[in-house]
Amino acid sequence: MSANVDTTLPLEYQTEQNRLNILGFWIFLGAEIILFATLFGVYGVLYERYAGGPTHKDIFVIKDVMIQTLLLLTSSFTMGLAIFEMRLHNLKRLITWLIITLVLGAGFLFMEINEFIHYVHEGATMQTSAFLSSLFVLLGTHGAHVTLGIGWAIMVIIQLAKRGLTPVTARKTFIIGLYWHFLDVVWIFIFTFVYLKGLVG
Amino acid sequence: MKKFLLSLTALLPLLVLSGCNMVVFEPQGPVARSITDLINWSLIWMLLVVVVVFGLFGYIVWKYRERPENMEYEPPEEHGSTLLEIIWTGIPILIVIALTIPTVTTLYALEEVPKGYEEKEPITIHVTSADWKWIFSYPEEGIETVNYVNIPEDTPVLFKMTSASTMQSFWVPALGGQKYTMPKMETELYLVADNPGSYEGQNTNFNGRGYADMKFEVLAQTHEEFDQWVDDVKEKAPKLTEKEYEDLLKPTHLGRMTFSNTHLSWVNHADPDSKAYTNPELYRGHGYQGKIFEEEDNYKSEEINENDKHGHDENIENKENHGGGHDGH
Amino acid sequence: MMGIKWNELLITGDPLILGSQIAILLTMIGIVGGITYLKKWRWLWSEWLTTVDHKRIGIMYIIAAVLMFFRGGIDGLMMKAQTARPEMEFLNAQHYNEVFTTHGVIMILFMAMPLLIGIMNVIIPLQIGARDVAFPQLNALSFWLFFSGAMLFNISFVIGGSPDAGWTSYFPLAGKEFSPSIANNYYAIALQIAGIGTLISGINFVVTILKMRTKGMTLMKMPMFTWTSFIASVIIVAAFPILTVALALMTTDRLYGTHFFTVSGGGMDMLWANLFWLWGHPEVYILILPAFGIYSEIFATFSRKSLFGYKSMIFSIVAIAILSMVVWVHHFYTMGSGPAVNSIFSITTMAIAVPTGIKIFNWLFTMRKGRIKMTTPMLWALAFIPCFIIGGVTGVMLGMGAADFQYHNTLFLVAHFHYTIIPGVVFAVFAALYYWWPKMFGFMLNEKIGKWHFWLFVIGFNVTFMPMFFLGLDGAVRRSYTYSVESGFAPLFLLSAIGSAVLALGFAAFCYNIYWSARYADRNISSDPWDARTLEWSTASPVQFYNFAKQPEVTTLDPFWHMKKKNEGLTLKDSEIEEIHMPSNSGLPIFMGAVFSVAGFFLVFEWHIAAVVAAVGIIAGLIIRSFDYDEGYHVKKDEIKKIESTWRNVEGEVHNDVS
Repeated sequence: MSANVDTTLPLEYQTEQNRLNILGFWIFLGAEIILFATLFGVYGVLYERYAGGPTHKDIFVIKDVMIQTLLLLTSSFTMGLAIFEMRLHNLKRLITWLIITLVLGAGFLFMEINEFIHYVHEGATMQTSAFLSSLFVLLGTHGAHVTLGIGWAIMVIIQLAKRGLTPVTARKTFIIGLYWHFLDVVWIFIFTFVYLKGLVG
Repeated sequence: MKKFLLSLTALLPLLVLSGCNMVVFEPQGPVARSITDLINWSLIWMLLVVVVVFGLFGYIVWKYRERPENMEYEPPEEHGSTLLEIIWTGIPILIVIALTIPTVTTLYALEEVPKGYEEKEPITIHVTSADWKWIFSYPEEGIETVNYVNIPEDTPVLFKMTSASTMQSFWVPALGGQKYTMPKMETELYLVADNPGSYEGQNTNFNGRGYADMKFEVLAQTHEEFDQWVDDVKEKAPKLTEKEYEDLLKPTHLGRMTFSNTHLSWVNHADPDSKAYTNPELYRGHGYQGKIFEEEDNYKSEEINENDKHGHDENIENKENHGGGHDGH
Repeated sequence: MMGIKWNELLITGDPLILGSQIAILLTMIGIVGGITYLKKWRWLWSEWLTTVDHKRIGIMYIIAAVLMFFRGGIDGLMMKAQTARPEMEFLNAQHYNEVFTTHGVIMILFMAMPLLIGIMNVIIPLQIGARDVAFPQLNALSFWLFFSGAMLFNISFVIGGSPDAGWTSYFPLAGKEFSPSIANNYYAIALQIAGIGTLISGINFVVTILKMRTKGMTLMKMPMFTWTSFIASVIIVAAFPILTVALALMTTDRLYGTHFFTVSGGGMDMLWANLFWLWGHPEVYILILPAFGIYSEIFATFSRKSLFGYKSMIFSIVAIAILSMVVWVHHFYTMGSGPAVNSIFSITTMAIAVPTGIKIFNWLFTMRKGRIKMTTPMLWALAFIPCFIIGGVTGVMLGMGAADFQYHNTLFLVAHFHYTIIPGVVFAVFAALYYWWPKMFGFMLNEKIGKWHFWLFVIGFNVTFMPMFFLGLDGAVRRSYTYSVESGFAPLFLLSAIGSAVLALGFAAFCYNIYWSARYADRNISSDPWDARTLEWSTASPVQFYNFAKQPEVTTLDPFWHMKKKNEGLTLKDSEIEEIHMPSNSGLPIFMGAVFSVAGFFLVFEWHIAAVVAAVGIIAGLIIRSFDYDEGYHVKKDEIKKIESTWRNVEGEVHNDVS
């Protein structure tokens, strides 16, 4: 609550409220991990229940998935660069890297939406079978998180542009950075347990 | 006053236990008996816990209550006692172990033919629960009954259970514990009746409007009576057709029925790939109606195909049934 | 929207529901008229609806939860009336199904949870010597989401139809295949909204307790209620996302035709049961742990001794929390998971008895060598022990997998969980309300009426639920709206119904007590009427909005007790007063709650476009919040001085008696 500023710490940790917010966000990420773990569990239970509909091998396109992965992994890296520039108090570069991150994220989303359209054209909708229900919901939840992340990061960029680097905007940037890395980690699990396993197994 | 009341609460279970004949405590077969033995064993230990804690509680509360004459007494600073804490951690652990061992052995024993009946050849009966009736199929004898099941006494019966609708639970408390019946799944349960007699069975897992009346009778007969009954059924009972069977699965209450064939010849609901006989239209009638989804394998789309072939008779009958299904609302 | 079936919208044809519809309408007109007449709208808005003060949010939780207690209680009484005699025709099967479903959901999620969260809200920051929770505005959002979910759920019985698949809403029954009306959409969506609120609360309390303790209060010097609330909050964070997922999948199954839990399309009904209880079992420990904390405070205070075995108490709550995550299968031993799985879960289940036993003995030994003062809060705590022991031992019996095959889904089970939740949670909440009432409102609840409340409620409770153990053992199943004359169940069912009437009288006595005390109770009371031990009693009653003029420094457990004994830190010098930073009120949380209700309502009725339009409001709220740079305000020294002198100077001439 107090507005005491401790300037020996990185900008985003300088006020008490900032420290509370960052810890709170970590705990929120803990809840998010449980949420995705549950979705993975559901997928793990249902992933062979095709109910006569298409299987993994019928619908997955490995090339597109590789591009998606590349886009999201790179965006996580550029987000890291953005936070690095924030630590150097370089506002312009920070915003530039953030925008690059968002463009990559939007590219990922575009690919994912295309992927869904492709599935539906193949006759694989989320109503077709339990396998497809769990696939669409798992991917869709991740995709919705990415969408939310993009919208949220745009808000943060506007605030950075308007107010410059203050403890508050630095904290907001840092938190969106954490969130973005988290989405990347989730994607790595999706890539491994959904796509690779589906194509190999 | 309080202590008196508490000892009264403690006595109440004993009073009722001795005064009532409760079905769980009057097992009529080895399966139920093994569970009752386990329950009795646990009751002894639990009674011990209750007596010790209630006693200690009454003693402490009575002795250390505030009275006009001890108002000056200032309680000591006290933070705990390792020894005491070890004791009241250790003893419950021992009690839990004493309960675990028979629990685990009973759990395993319940999955097999009851002890002492291994040489007797078990008979198999398929149980199919539907809304709101029980269908019993005897594959070896080739007969089928609804809402009652006859079994020979002193013979292990293997019930292979599944559901044609929701998740339900098959329970004949006098003969043994319960197990769920689930669509596209099979669960198994062994039961034995010691003596001829009639035992009530019922669904215990809530499944909608007709739940309360989803009961059946288990009639244990002597071997001669049972064989005689099977022969009678084969001779006199009508055959069940596929179309009649589909009507049977609609959400209705039926009395007893008997057939000289089984529905297993065209569908076993335990098969994961079997047709789902769902028909949401028949469950309408409560509140604002939402969207329902056409499924490729469900009952309704099948019916529409039938209608294309046979005209509209089916449709009318369906509507009547629909109205009848609303009795609850 | 063209497809709206207006004639189906309102539930018609049932005189009971028609009566409720009229009553609701009249009450609403009465409330709106009353507030307008008294010109209280502005006060209501600025002091309560937009508040971010943890104490006021807590009180709003408690008020809403007591109302829900009333609603859930009426449901319970209707069930008891229907089963009082065999083949009774008071409620039909459909109506009975709706009533037991809403009774369960409301009592667990909209009564017990918010009561405890309300008490946590009021007390935790005070106990740790903090000025508020970590995120005051999120805290208000939690409340309004809970409230929005509760209201959405509650209108179901007059608009659209009540959920009727049981509070567990097992599939396939709860799916569109067997429940095509929108009634069960209410379950999925109202619980989702309230659940998000609870999750936010959980995160808020974890951070508050970890980071905002006053100087010197290490983890091992935290009061027991703070400890148990902390562990409960951790369980909330770990378990509620599972509910979020389960309800979301239920929603897509019901609204968009997916196949998670359906019969057709490869769905798996057992998956729902697993997800539900993966959340549901930890949920009951989310309820019971803070209640254990409340009892710990009360036993210590009214025995005038510190808690016996503080460390082993903490060990046992942590053990209970861990075990609570690995016992969910015991809710369906009968699902055919095989003897190995059932054995493992029998052992984990029975193991919970060990840490729980440790706690019981520690409470008993806290009282030993004490001087036990029989106040109303203490009476509730005392009654808890024997009643909860009965719930506990029957819990062990149910935990034994093989024996459970005979108890499962019978009234034995129903009696068991009422014997754990009512003494465990409801008694605790009553104890807490009597105990902390002066802290919240500055006057005490009447002890004499309190004792009437206590005895009626405890006796009524035992008479209601004790017979159900025996009914269950005799084969009476739960959720059955009727039974035959031949079953022989009639006498015990009648006894149980009579008990429920006594129980209701007890609750009426409680309501009367609130009324009586609000009107006549002495306002001139001490800030520490019970001679208590923890920091919340070191500040004014009712607590001033900034909680503490100077945050207390702590060196021991039971800090206030030792401060009183050593006569240290009880006074405040003018030089110690500093300006206090406080957060500003905000209308955003109540706006979000309103938008969530509207969007939720449209979604319940499957009017997707309308729901999307309403959801734009949610996005707008988030954007407004992102751009909100209000940093609160500072309370000036003079104001603090004035407030502090009003309560500190009257000390000595107050009425400290507690009879």
